[in-house]
Amino acid sequence: CKKDLDLTPTNDITGDKAYADFNGYRSGVAKVYGSYATPSNTGTNTSDVAGQDPGFADFLRGYWNLQELPTDEAACAWIGDAGGGIQGLDYNSYVPSNVLILGMYARSLYQISVVNEFLRESTDAKVASRGISGNDAQEIKYFAAEARFIRAFQYWLLMDLFGNPPFITEENKVGKESPQQITRAKLFEYVESELLAIEPLLKETNEYGRVTKAADWALLARLYLNAGVYTGTIKYNEAAQYAAKVISSGRYSLHPVYANLFKGDNDKNNPEVILSINYDGVKTQNYGGTTYLINAAVNGDMGPAGFGIPNGGWGGNRSRPNLPNLFGDYKNTKDKRAMFWGDTPNITDISVFKQGLAVVKFTNLTSTGATPASVGGTYCSTDFPLFRLAEMYLVYAEAVARGGSGSTATALGYLNLLRQRAYGDASGNLSSFTVDDILNERGRELYWEGFRRTDLIRYGKYTSDSYLWPFKGGVASGRGLEAHKALYPLPISDVIANTNLTQNPGY
Amino acid sequence: QTGSISGQVVDEKGQPLPGASVSIKNINRGTSTDEKGVFRLNAVANGSYVLTVSFIGYQVLETQVTVNGEKRVALKLVPNAQNLTEVVVIGYGTQRRKEVTGSISTVSSKDFQKGNITTPEQLIVGKVAGVQVTTNGGQPGSGSTIRIRGGASLNASNDPLIVIDGVPVSNATIPGVSNPLAMINPNDIETFTVLKDANATAIYGSRASNGVILITTKKGKSGAPSINFSSQNSIATVAKKVDVLTADEVRTYVNANGSDALKALLGTANTDWQDEVFRNAATTDNNLSISGTSKNMPYRVSFGYLNQNGTLITDKLERGTAGLSLNPRFLDNHLKVDFNVKNSLAISQFANQDAISGAVQFNPTWAVNSANSTYGGYFEWLRPDGTLNPNAPRNPVGAVRLKDDSGNTMRSFGNLQLDYSFHFLPELHANVNVGYDVSRGKGIVYIPAEAAISFSTRGNYNRYKSTISNNVVEAYLNYNKDISSINSNINATAGYGYYANRTKNYNFASYEADGKTVKSTPKFPFDIPENRLLSYYGRLIYTLNNRYIFSGTVRTDGSSRFSEDNRWGVFPSAAFTWRINEEGFLKGTNALSDLKLRLSYGVTGQQEGIANYSYLSNYSVSNNEAMYQIGDTYYYMNAPVAYDEDIKWETTETYNAGIDYGFLNGRINGSIDVYRKKTKDLLSVIPIPIGSNFSNQLLTNVGNMEADGVELAINAKPILKKDFSWDLGFNFTYNKTKVTNLTASYNPDYMVSVGDITGSTGNKIQAHALNRSPFSYYVWKQVYDESGKPLSGVYADLDGDGTITEADKYFYKSPLPKYSLGFSTSVSLRKWTLSTVLRSNIGNYIYDNVSSNLSSRTVILDATSGVVNNVVRDFLNTGFSANQYYSDYYVKNASFLKMDNLGLAYDAGNIARNGKMNLTISANVQNVFVISDYEGVDPENNKGIDYKFYPRPRTYVLGLNVGF
Repeated sequence: CKKDLDLTPTNDITGDKAYADFNGYRSGVAKVYGSYATPSNTGTNTSDVAGQDPGFADFLRGYWNLQELPTDEAACAWIGDAGGGIQGLDYNSYVPSNVLILGMYARSLYQISVVNEFLRESTDAKVASRGISGNDAQEIKYFAAEARFIRAFQYWLLMDLFGNPPFITEENKVGKESPQQITRAKLFEYVESELLAIEPLLKETNEYGRVTKAADWALLARLYLNAGVYTGTIKYNEAAQYAAKVISSGRYSLHPVYANLFKGDNDKNNPEVILSINYDGVKTQNYGGTTYLINAAVNGDMGPAGFGIPNGGWGGNRSRPNLPNLFGDYKNTKDKRAMFWGDTPNITDISVFKQGLAVVKFTNLTSTGATPASVGGTYCSTDFPLFRLAEMYLVYAEAVARGGSGSTATALGYLNLLRQRAYGDASGNLSSFTVDDILNERGRELYWEGFRRTDLIRYGKYTSDSYLWPFKGGVASGRGLEAHKALYPLPISDVIANTNLTQNPGY
Repeated sequence: QTGSISGQVVDEKGQPLPGASVSIKNINRGTSTDEKGVFRLNAVANGSYVLTVSFIGYQVLETQVTVNGEKRVALKLVPNAQNLTEVVVIGYGTQRRKEVTGSISTVSSKDFQKGNITTPEQLIVGKVAGVQVTTNGGQPGSGSTIRIRGGASLNASNDPLIVIDGVPVSNATIPGVSNPLAMINPNDIETFTVLKDANATAIYGSRASNGVILITTKKGKSGAPSINFSSQNSIATVAKKVDVLTADEVRTYVNANGSDALKALLGTANTDWQDEVFRNAATTDNNLSISGTSKNMPYRVSFGYLNQNGTLITDKLERGTAGLSLNPRFLDNHLKVDFNVKNSLAISQFANQDAISGAVQFNPTWAVNSANSTYGGYFEWLRPDGTLNPNAPRNPVGAVRLKDDSGNTMRSFGNLQLDYSFHFLPELHANVNVGYDVSRGKGIVYIPAEAAISFSTRGNYNRYKSTISNNVVEAYLNYNKDISSINSNINATAGYGYYANRTKNYNFASYEADGKTVKSTPKFPFDIPENRLLSYYGRLIYTLNNRYIFSGTVRTDGSSRFSEDNRWGVFPSAAFTWRINEEGFLKGTNALSDLKLRLSYGVTGQQEGIANYSYLSNYSVSNNEAMYQIGDTYYYMNAPVAYDEDIKWETTETYNAGIDYGFLNGRINGSIDVYRKKTKDLLSVIPIPIGSNFSNQLLTNVGNMEADGVELAINAKPILKKDFSWDLGFNFTYNKTKVTNLTASYNPDYMVSVGDITGSTGNKIQAHALNRSPFSYYVWKQVYDESGKPLSGVYADLDGDGTITEADKYFYKSPLPKYSLGFSTSVSLRKWTLSTVLRSNIGNYIYDNVSSNLSSRTVILDATSGVVNNVVRDFLNTGFSANQYYSDYYVKNASFLKMDNLGLAYDAGNIARNGKMNLTISANVQNVFVISDYEGVDPENNKGIDYKFYPRPRTYVLGLNVGF
């Protein structure tokens, strides 16, 4: 009779069954990647990260909000939402109880814990014990290296946003024990060492959506470019070196049409993207991701159907005036990267969507103007580029301009490749450039792709009182920020739950 | 030498009592009185006897008679004001009221709430101290939230265990009906017994922390068949609407304040959308029962038919019920068999409740119907290009009329109980109870393609179905022996129970309205969540000198929800009861008919609300909407599921002290209880160190909560005459619950946000925090101008940092009432009875989400969506330029006094010339009035957040009851 109390779920499976064969590893690595694309395994109304709106703990939505909303590139109208959390980002008044900060932090660590579990199940001994050998076993080794890249990517982000996050690897046990905290400098060393260690283990070319050696180099380049911020020691030589490795690999080229990088069919014929997060309006649904980027940037007046979201358009995110101003006369510029809507660039009331130009860079329409299949006319199929070649050109140019070893002429050439694509001809080409020019070029090329906060910090402009935007610091005319705002606070709930954590200074 | 005894039995007013039983103690002779109250016992040997006379509702009379030839006696019975020899149902057995050791309240059919009662728990609303029954709204058959002593849990369940005829029923909701108890015909219920303290509940072990409600159903009677037919017919009306602006007021405001684009969106109609979506709704409820004995087989059969319309248009519940109860006795009454089956079938039409808030918000300047036939002919907001405005609210009438959500649910539950007292040892009896409870619910939600509510997805065609099956086997032995040599009684029980709960949820593809185009397909055709419980229990009651009662219970439960290491829990209780009025110094005091002191302590457990398999390390397989693209292929994702292998029972310790009292032969009686409950290992979803598991939160055993309370009940019969009587019942409850720990490591600043509100994404208005009442509101402090008008978006800077951030929020009030009061009274004069039930909650607050979401300038002038909406009239008080969800302005005092029921009944008595036919006619008004400062529709709300609340109707009922 007591055996009657041993019950197991109908549709879930135990760990041994989950990894019984190669297909199980396929599904396991799908979660390693999918953790940054979907809110959960069961649709859009539940979340791997518990206790909040599933949309708030989506990876891209959190990453984008934390990198864009507190900057000159974007502002969100929904200041009543998320318990004041959006207002906290819009006004740079974030506090440790901000749920959006918690959502991002928890999502990153969730993906790391999924990676750790995958690695525990992917040791040579376990794979062999399950009778998997030959090509399948080799493929699992690639999966494992890719999983380590995903983990390094998330740790890089945690280091960038939070500085000193908790640190867990496959060595840690699953349970309730508090992970140790790692310092920003130590984490830099870890991320660097992981990326260097897996470089030989990764494939040169791979299936769409999977990590390659080039993604590894691209992250190293990004990491080194910001090394001064992270550790106090600049690494511009290395930044230029790894950017050059991507560029000279010859595997990537600029997409001929800039706008098509951000459309519903950007998984097809896209030579520029090194690694993307893949979405689908039917099979990979999410209220975050590009569904959020596109819907929140459009309101009913703009005709949502014209953006491939016939039932969407949430009217939340738009630009602050600094962004269109980067293009000068943004209405008449030949620079096709200037994709704005509306006629009121300035913002006096942040809760009014129509103040500030809408950004229509991302759309769910395909390059032929078709609307991809979507449930409810809201979910988007546009993939999000995490790494693309254009960024590597800009990293190379900036690293060289900041004194890293490399060729200024080559760098200029790279910049002009971007500008020629933007203008359609050589009329926008530069003959020389300064370090500050690169920041502006990054603004024009990479705006709304989640770089801005990191860039402004590297340029010393994020907290400064000499570079302002409307409502910087919560003041209509803008003001300087306290120095500690360059790092986000650790979420209050984790500082309480994890007895090993010390809050970042100033919070 | 023999003689005889004869005489007449009369009541307190000298009227003859026909049918009273008269017996001679010890010689097994007896008879009953004729229609004149006269009896005669012949051939009685001369000598001294004790004559016992009993009649239902009267105190048993024992009198000494000495027979010496013909003996005539006159016997007068005194009515029972309080029946202390009445048998009370307790867990696994019965006890006489005077010997009850736990805190137990019983409500029997004569005290039930009257009127149009369609679900069982509504019978006891306001009747029991410490029990709060809050109906979830006015939907037909809608359920109620029952809280006994405030509940004991934060995140697991706070619902009490409900046991019907010994069979614990599932509280799981079955689709197709709004509430599982709604499948039970209230007319089949005889008594409700509420077990409150741990001494009473601990025998139910791990399911008892939130109290236990024992329901007994009506049984067969002895004698010729008696037939009872009742019919209740009622009209439900909307008691109160949300106060919104009129069409003219909207036009005036928009013309004065709106842009030209918005002014162009005004129509010329005057539509009261609430009038359009609500209606007066008729209900008929008819019940027939026949009970009697056929060939030594007592039986009761009952049939019920309910046809209830909701006040929201299209809402309807039709329910047929049939019950059979057989109660034969065999082997000289040594074997008692009770067999019960209750079946029901409910057919429901569920109205789209989005229309409730939609009707508040929708623009009153437009008529319901448009000139053309698109969108079902209903007016809808269009974009300038003529397409449907995707962000606009939808026509609430269209939203209801064009959504067809119909379900049907069948339920059958029943049990076979055998109680055998051994021939060789009559003090020992064995009881076996085998029960089942199965239900099946299914339905279809259909929305045509032209409906604006699903226009973008070309309509909707979804099916749903699930089955629930619960099986119970209980067996216990009871030994009850008077040991007169030591003036003692021993009553011992030991038993075993097995409970299996199995649900099967089917998953269907969802389609567009054509029923062919697939929107989504499920990964799995069904899921079978399942749990089981195995139990052993025992109870020992030792009574010394008829006045000192020691009682102890212990139960050990094994649950499939926990790992082998934590599977078994032990739940003991102990109690001491002193029947003070049996002491010599009080004996013979007529004024004091009962005085009893009860002290108890016990430990109970709680496991409902925990997922069935949360201790297991599992992988979930993603569904068809959550796949990831690699290359050109979409892969299902296998994800490790967060788990706590250490999860275990939540345990509650309860201390209780109580006094039962009765004065003037029980004409005034009642009880007073004080209690303290301490819950530890509280199942709480807490943040765990992030990264330590596969989630940032885990349901685990941390946290403590404490509740203190006082309960007081008084019943009185100020007037007790033949033609004129007056009954009063009053109960009072004080309960204060506070959270005393929430985290694994102590931290006073930590809180858990709860209480989702409507209107913006991700906002929660309440929080659990240390030393606060659970569900306290956590809000910004509104700043007012000199005239007392709240300033839009201006709050007190409580932390003084110059800006208003989350850190400026503070705790302000909670939805839990401090005091609850219930008052029932009835006055009978000759054939007329007038009765009423009043109820009051004091100190409870409510968050007015209707006003916070629908009363600002951005609502009425919604330029973002390109529509003009209506607003709650409160907008004229605030004039808020944008919604202020977190303002404490919207946290309102919701203390109330309600008259639940006012009824007048006329008992015509026998109306047939030949034979017997009794007729009672009654008229009732339910939800007669509400007195409250709260300006919303209804201050009574179990979540403390008022939004889209289906209004409780005011109902006028006419009933008749015929007995043959």
